[in-house]
Amino acid sequence: MKVLGDLVYTKTHEWVRFEDETTALVGLTDHAQQSLGELVFVNLPEEGDDTTAGEVFADVESVKAVSDVYCPVTGVVSEINEELLDSPEKINEAPYEAWFVKITDITDKEEFLSPEEYEELVKKDME
Amino acid sequence: MLIFEKGQEGRMMTILPECDVPVSLPEEGSLRKKSMHLPQVSENDISRHYTEIAKKAYGVNDGFYPLGSCTMKYNPKINEDTAALPGFKQIHPLQPEHTVQGCMEVLKTAEQYLCEITGMSRMTFQPAAGAHGEFTGLLLIKAYHESRGDNKRTKIIVPDSAHGTNPASATMVGYSVISIPSAEDGGVDLEELKKAVGEDTAGLMLTNPNTLGLFDRNILEITKIVHEAGGLNYYDGANLNAVMGMIRPGDMGFDVVHLNLHKTFSTPHGGGGPGSGPVGCKDLLAEFLPGSMVEEEEGYVFKHPAHTIGQVKSFYGNFLIVVRAMTYLFMLGKEGVPEASKHAVLNANYMMAQLKDVYDMAYQGPCMHEFVMSLARLKKETGVSAMDIAKGLLDYGIHPPTMYFPLIVPEALMAEPTETESKETLDKVIAVLRSLHETAMTNPETLHQAPIHTPVTRLDEVRAARNPKLKHEF
Repeated sequence: MKVLGDLVYTKTHEWVRFEDETTALVGLTDHAQQSLGELVFVNLPEEGDDTTAGEVFADVESVKAVSDVYCPVTGVVSEINEELLDSPEKINEAPYEAWFVKITDITDKEEFLSPEEYEELVKKDME
Repeated sequence: MLIFEKGQEGRMMTILPECDVPVSLPEEGSLRKKSMHLPQVSENDISRHYTEIAKKAYGVNDGFYPLGSCTMKYNPKINEDTAALPGFKQIHPLQPEHTVQGCMEVLKTAEQYLCEITGMSRMTFQPAAGAHGEFTGLLLIKAYHESRGDNKRTKIIVPDSAHGTNPASATMVGYSVISIPSAEDGGVDLEELKKAVGEDTAGLMLTNPNTLGLFDRNILEITKIVHEAGGLNYYDGANLNAVMGMIRPGDMGFDVVHLNLHKTFSTPHGGGGPGSGPVGCKDLLAEFLPGSMVEEEEGYVFKHPAHTIGQVKSFYGNFLIVVRAMTYLFMLGKEGVPEASKHAVLNANYMMAQLKDVYDMAYQGPCMHEFVMSLARLKKETGVSAMDIAKGLLDYGIHPPTMYFPLIVPEALMAEPTETESKETLDKVIAVLRSLHETAMTNPETLHQAPIHTPVTRLDEVRAARNPKLKHEF
């Protein structure tokens, strides 16, 4: 299970890469994709949609179940990773490259976990 | 082999007599350019084709079918006898009322019996299945709030153990969904519920016993919290088989309920449908019910409720399914209905007790009509997942339990044996599950390969979901 040192994380297993104070990429962690299993479908928001920190903004479907993905920041969806819509397996193959959306105009955010804290959380999860 | 791939050009089932009138074809532009792709087979070919398919399929008539929260009980054959009576079968929904009084009496009697069982005042048989019933019930709730000018109620509260259809139905009706986490004991977390309710609460959707097979002991408190906030309580009848004739949703504080006749009342379920998802409600919602209701005046008449939400299905729903369910109720009688529930609960508890030393139970018993195992520890220790055990069962000719549901239990297997299984059957299944556990501990690799004795072996489910092949290419 991989945790990257230059990202921040959420308790609900999303990663966030801040490009500057108000712009960030959001994706699903390696641990999340492993527990979900092979993904077969991804539902993304539309460009221009508003997001609210802590609320559902996307969902992913594996052969087991459909799971919600929570947005860690309040802002505007400026770009979506359209490649994922056709190839959801990219999330399994390279979770930290397979960003879901780019959010700009960020005005609010959740309390993030550092890489160390996130690793700790996952360890507890696995016990 | 598909039916289209069988047969020979020109083979057919009937011999048409020579045409004895002048042939008159439609004008050129209306004619098909290519002939239709129809199977060209004899009656014998068709009969053998479907018999062959039936042999590969698996249903309640083949063996144990413990699909949790689905109540795959045995369907008594007498149901088919009554449903085949010409007076029920050879009618048309547009026939004059005075010619179908007997059928209307069936609808009225079924309404009265099922209202008695659920503690409701009125019931519609229009909805064709469970989720359709949910949708209808929520439309009633919406119509109620709107009739009072109470337009700020936009949210439906759903516990995280709910069936996926609950949030889906609420969304279809235009409500937004608030999902609340379950408490430690698997029931509704009262504090979370209190935080979630407010002026925007349209209602709560609840299954009781829930999908963990647990009866929520706080049910009266739960429905009271929602009522005090101005919301209504919706009872998902998926698990009524655990409590029918024992306790009534109406007495628990629910205002509207849907039943699955194809689960609880022994009518064909799944691919064998059609289904039936009648919706019952208390007096405060009766004026909004859909379609026509049977009323008793001088004889039976159809009447639209005063402020009906309109039709949710054509005519009166799947009428012959109601005939089957009514037959079941007549056969069981008022002593038999609770007796069936008691046996369903007893069977589930027996299985759970016989398995809990090898499989971890998500919640300690006693359970109601179903129980949930969590194979998370087994998977961690041996690599054998819930999916592998399910596939292993197939090799023994046993239908697997519900898998990976409820979502709040990792590696879940949810089993519902129902009341119609004998102790011998349960003992056999218990022995198989115990031996599969043994295999997982000693030789996990074989379970990753299972099944090997079925008409098709392990399917590539990921590829099937990513690149489904949904139609035959000629």
